[in-house]
Amino acid sequence: MAILVVAEHDNTDLKDATHKTVTAAKQMGGDVDILVAGKNIKDVMAQAAKIDGVRHILGVDHDSLTRQLAEAMQAVIVPLMSEYDAVIAPDTTAHKNYMPRVAAKLDVMQISSITGVESADTFIRPIYAGNAMATVKSSDAKKVITVRTTAFDAAGEGGSADDKMLDAPAAPTTSQFVSEELTKSDRPELAAAKIVVSGGRGVGSAENFAIIESLADKLGAAVGASRAAVDAGYVPNDYQVGQTGKSVAPELYIAIGISGAIQHLAGMKDSKIIVAINKDEDAPIFQVADYGLVADLFKAVPELDAAL
Amino acid sequence: MKVLVPVKRVLDYNVKARVKADQSGVDLSNVKMSMNPFDEISVEEAVRMKEAGTATEAIVVSIGPAKAQETIRTALAIGMDRGIHVLTDEDLEPLAIAKILKAIVEAEDAQLVIAGKQAIDNDYGATGSMLAAMLDWPQGTFANTVETSGGSMTVKREVDGGLQTVKLTLPAVVTTDLRLNEPRYARLPDIMKAKKKTIDAKTPEDFGVDTTPRLKTVKVTEPAGRSAGVIVENVEELVASLKKEGVI
Repeated sequence: MAILVVAEHDNTDLKDATHKTVTAAKQMGGDVDILVAGKNIKDVMAQAAKIDGVRHILGVDHDSLTRQLAEAMQAVIVPLMSEYDAVIAPDTTAHKNYMPRVAAKLDVMQISSITGVESADTFIRPIYAGNAMATVKSSDAKKVITVRTTAFDAAGEGGSADDKMLDAPAAPTTSQFVSEELTKSDRPELAAAKIVVSGGRGVGSAENFAIIESLADKLGAAVGASRAAVDAGYVPNDYQVGQTGKSVAPELYIAIGISGAIQHLAGMKDSKIIVAINKDEDAPIFQVADYGLVADLFKAVPELDAAL
Repeated sequence: MKVLVPVKRVLDYNVKARVKADQSGVDLSNVKMSMNPFDEISVEEAVRMKEAGTATEAIVVSIGPAKAQETIRTALAIGMDRGIHVLTDEDLEPLAIAKILKAIVEAEDAQLVIAGKQAIDNDYGATGSMLAAMLDWPQGTFANTVETSGGSMTVKREVDGGLQTVKLTLPAVVTTDLRLNEPRYARLPDIMKAKKKTIDAKTPEDFGVDTTPRLKTVKVTEPAGRSAGVIVENVEELVASLKKEGVI
């Protein structure tokens, strides 16, 4: 079988999510090609060509693909699918946006956010905020799959895939990019970080979040947050970890002032080591924490910061 | 502009799903069910558009068992004008749901569909985009803010890394994210009034849609449990433990 992996990139750098998606594709068996759709993507294509075990790199370079809007991505991928048995992409917001469009155009059911590959047509995916794992077998001729990247290891480097440029289809006219406001951060990317320090409602204010950030910087960690902290305006929404935010599975997850609602746990309970700091000893977060500290975070966090 | 809002009856978001012993699925007997939280946000947005005069009529649709009618009534109490209930006891996949919705959109000549970004039971997050593709309409998924002016709609979207604004030519499909609005509670007089609003009864067969599932659920299992952790006494003990684990 032939599998098309759609690259996650920002037109300059290829993201690690692509490597992890390649691993999932390899587990399905068959030839793996990578599609890089964007603007001025030569560098991204060169990086993709280095991923081990990849056959071809396909590039589509056009203004309309700069932000990978759904309508434009659909126009690129659907015609390519006459050559492929499956298309697979990371479940980041960019890909979650257009993949169902591709599936609908192919008249197949999308298999969202898989965490395991049983065989070329059978996959494992979390449902009910990760409180159950469903094993599903697809009867569709073509598979459209998004991957929970935290569940797969990154494919190694050392490959030397050839590349070719494809013609861009006509740009869609019904949807236009207007602007973007990106959160500036020098810290590691949340979904890929080895350590994540998250704050919740207990942190109390945007100013108080500085102690969370200071601890994160000491550990070289990414900063996350619960929905309560985002809704209260302490941090931007793209910090949110959970069912409706990002899923993370770092080596170490430190939850500070987070009670541990089902929706939050859905996004972090696959972390290797979970530490909880909360003054409420009955907080549900302690049920999943490997190490729990019942303490006032305003005392414990600065102490922890100083001890590191 | 006529607005269509699909809503789904799901296991209440505060209830922890229990997997059935025979691994056939999640136990939904005698548990609290309610409107999918994202759909409440969709309903709220449609009602606000009506109040602002942008929407002329707001129609709520639910595809599901007899009890889905309660979910439709809730939406009517919040301010939707009328309902359509497509009765089925099968748990339809987003692909089949999108096909039925497409037929309803065309029959009703709706110009805007506001759907939730995902249902919190199956977590597919596919229906809205699938519908947009089937209708060949543009889409504004994960909407944080929407603004209609003339024949277009500006949607600020929640994306990884921040916010992105797109402009869509109407008709369009929008899917709602958590921060789009704060849904209101239905007031008692409105709940009474909602009982008088009409709900059209339909079945999937009325739309000639093949609803055969494409994905067969082989089994549903509990996620791997985490072994019980320890409560440490103080920060020194925590740091020592983390050093021992080799994570810091």
